Amino acid sequence: MATPPRGQLRLLTCGSVDDGKSTLIGRLLHECGAIADDTRDTLARDSRRLGTTGDAPDFALLLDGLEAEREQGITIDVAYRHFATARRSFIVADCPGHAQHTRNMATGASNAELAVILVDARRGVLAQTRLHAAICALLGIRDMVLAVNKIDLVMFDQDVFERIAADFRTFAAGLALRSLAAIPVAARSGDNLATRSPHLAWYAGPTLLGYLETVEVAEDAAAPFRLPVQWVNRPNPDFRGLSGTVAGGAVGLGDGVVIAGTAMASTVARILGPDGDVERAAVGEAVTVCLADDLDVARGDMLSAPADRPAFADQFAAHVLWMDAAALLPGRQYALRMGTAWTTASVTAIRHRMDVTTREQQAARALALNEIGFCHLATARPLAFDAYAANRRTGAFILVDRTTNQTVGCGMVAYPLHRAGNVHREAYPVDQAARAAALGQRPMVLWFTGLSGAGKSTIAKLVEQALHGAGRHTYSLDGDNLRHGLNRDLGFTAQDRVENIRRVAEVARLMADAGLIVLCSFISPFRAERQMVRDMLPEGAFVEIFVDTPLAVCAARDAKGLYAGALRGEIPNFTGISSPYEPPEAADLVLDGAGGAPEVLAARVVEVVERYQKK
Amino acid sequence: MAALAPHLRRLEAEAIHILRETVASFRNPVLLFSGGKDSTVVLHLARKAFAPGGPKLPLLHVATGWDFREVLAFRDRMAASLGARLIVHTNPDGLASGIGPLSHGSRVHMEVMATEALKQALDAHGFDAALGGARRDEERSRAKERVFSHRGPGHAWDPRGQRPELWALYNTRLGPGETMRVFPLSNWTELDVWDYIAAEDIALVKLYFAAPRPVVRRGGALILRDDARMALAPGEREETLSVRFRTMGDWPLTGAHESRAATVAEVMAELRQTGMSERHGRLIDSDQEAAMERRKREGYF
Repeated sequence: MATPPRGQLRLLTCGSVDDGKSTLIGRLLHECGAIADDTRDTLARDSRRLGTTGDAPDFALLLDGLEAEREQGITIDVAYRHFATARRSFIVADCPGHAQHTRNMATGASNAELAVILVDARRGVLAQTRLHAAICALLGIRDMVLAVNKIDLVMFDQDVFERIAADFRTFAAGLALRSLAAIPVAARSGDNLATRSPHLAWYAGPTLLGYLETVEVAEDAAAPFRLPVQWVNRPNPDFRGLSGTVAGGAVGLGDGVVIAGTAMASTVARILGPDGDVERAAVGEAVTVCLADDLDVARGDMLSAPADRPAFADQFAAHVLWMDAAALLPGRQYALRMGTAWTTASVTAIRHRMDVTTREQQAARALALNEIGFCHLATARPLAFDAYAANRRTGAFILVDRTTNQTVGCGMVAYPLHRAGNVHREAYPVDQAARAAALGQRPMVLWFTGLSGAGKSTIAKLVEQALHGAGRHTYSLDGDNLRHGLNRDLGFTAQDRVENIRRVAEVARLMADAGLIVLCSFISPFRAERQMVRDMLPEGAFVEIFVDTPLAVCAARDAKGLYAGALRGEIPNFTGISSPYEPPEAADLVLDGAGGAPEVLAARVVEVVERYQKK
Repeated sequence: MAALAPHLRRLEAEAIHILRETVASFRNPVLLFSGGKDSTVVLHLARKAFAPGGPKLPLLHVATGWDFREVLAFRDRMAASLGARLIVHTNPDGLASGIGPLSHGSRVHMEVMATEALKQALDAHGFDAALGGARRDEERSRAKERVFSHRGPGHAWDPRGQRPELWALYNTRLGPGETMRVFPLSNWTELDVWDYIAAEDIALVKLYFAAPRPVVRRGGALILRDDARMALAPGEREETLSVRFRTMGDWPLTGAHESRAATVAEVMAELRQTGMSERHGRLIDSDQEAAMERRKREGYF
């Protein structure tokens, strides 16, 4: 029995709560015979127990996979469902409709080629409808279907349908869509899903399924060639191939290619597809390319067409959608993945927060969960990329928390920023090694972290005295002192704390570069910022010293009278009271601030310093 | 060979991408190979992904002591023909306590001999990523599974703490003690797998195809008595029927069904007509509501 050659369409459905998304998908699965008998038995049993449709099967229950969700009656994550017709197989991402799960919609949209936007014919286009359509457009979906559901509940009224369709078209005019179809349906009864409805004689267009089977969503084959190198394939000394999935355009034998951002160029000598040698590879194909020249290429590099190269920069502007409960803070370092490259990055500025529905721009100093901002980012090294509008595969990135490894944000590049290109680092003949040698010591940064009143400064002073006495060259940086000068403009919000530590870190790095042993006493409550300082310095030169004094002891000492004020609510954002402190997970040294005389604790630090100096 | 249909080409390219990503991103990845059709397809794809070299990954089979003998023989043949390193692990504690499906029931057996055993093997070899053949269409708690599915220390799966997975930008980062499960066939359906097996002419264990086999009716299922450990209950008798299996599990827990489908084409024709879902023959999934999701949280594949 021959299987007809089929294509595949990946789509997502979205709409407000109760618009009937799950019912629609469940019904499509049913119509396409994708629901097995035993599953249908389970469905019938579940429908009686959990359903909202009386004795009729509640198709929505098919979709709500996880136990907790079924009991709550809402979908909380993205579920993927499959069904097929003779012409196409479909993968549907079912995305939740409630506003706080914008991130799930973005997740579903990132891999979808088309979006089905559902509205309830009785309620029409809602704020949520517009929000979801705008998110889909932001994520690069250029083809949409407006499914006007529950048309049976408005007596199959053509005027209602036309009004809703016109309403949505007006809004969608700003979304730069390639195609938009409006289709009246009744998901529960199946009207106009797979078969034409006798109640909708006034509607001349295709059924929903008929439309999905034929709508054209192909990627642009004429786009410039891109191949992010995923893996260097070197099974033996005679073969060196660059494996990866073509992310734009196509390449053929003999074509010239360049490594983006370098002067390296070559020609394509061989292309291995899944079944061996081929002459040509196009977007979406997983291949191994051999070049005529043996170039120094690694994972994270990008092969590109010489005539139309990607941008190559370490600063760019992008839309960022934030997906984590802890806000995005400018200046904080995140891991960033773009294509096959991983690096670290920070948001240098939030140009504005965006209301995606109204496109209104608002000033913002941070991005909270589910907020979208237009941001400037800086990466630790330059990357090759395209604008997301030109290429969804090479213009997208994710941001990952470096401590928890949670995916916390995603972004779509708008354009590179070239400022970085004009500011080159100057190299000076007298370098850190020369300066350190002149001082006869190895520069290092001793970083004391802990609650206010933990004893950081007290211990640091004793350490510095001891080192100074031993002929070491030192300098102390202290939170309170710097806030009188360099950091005078900063307050105590989470954003300002991040910026405070970033500046301190830069100063400490300069002083270590000058050859000094730098003692830093800062509450520095966040792991991410302490990690940032560590990353700025050579391996081993950063010593994280956790002055671990219980909150009760610090509060009882209250040398500066701050705890009393904070507990009375007079000092907002006070670490340990109204602002969090994240203790180090792997400090180089932990000092029990309540368990020993400061002199004893200081001696332990001096010991660590002297050990490093003798290495 | 005829060119693959466009939807299979796309699924194949995606799976190869995922396989390469795993090898490029992890220190010590392993491919779970059970001898079943899905992991056989993953192995076939691994040969393509890393050509012209070998499959790059060691193979791990968690043997429960109740595997079909034919499956074990097939497994060994496949590993040998590829020159791949095959690691077979059985939970020694479970073996010593004589845990089995007939004496202890499917739940205890699966927990000790499958879930625990898998965790032991991953820990013992320090594997930080394990590739498997699970698909999202298999079962409803799988529908929300990530392609790169993060497991905390102790291999626990937290369905609410899953990382959002956008584009093909997989988050492969791990903290200390954490591991990754990777599913290259996430977006495939059972029919896609068979379509692909047909198009690529992939050899499978013969139990997938109908043949006269001695079976016993028990609990509404047709059980193939693969050895004498299963005693016949009063009134039970062995009869020879033309049967085949839709999935490969432990033989006392895997029901056969009567079938005449002896070739890939006939199997596909049967699948198109059949009304039963793939895991229907598995006696373990129906042992409790949301059984699969619970087992996955505990570390089952």
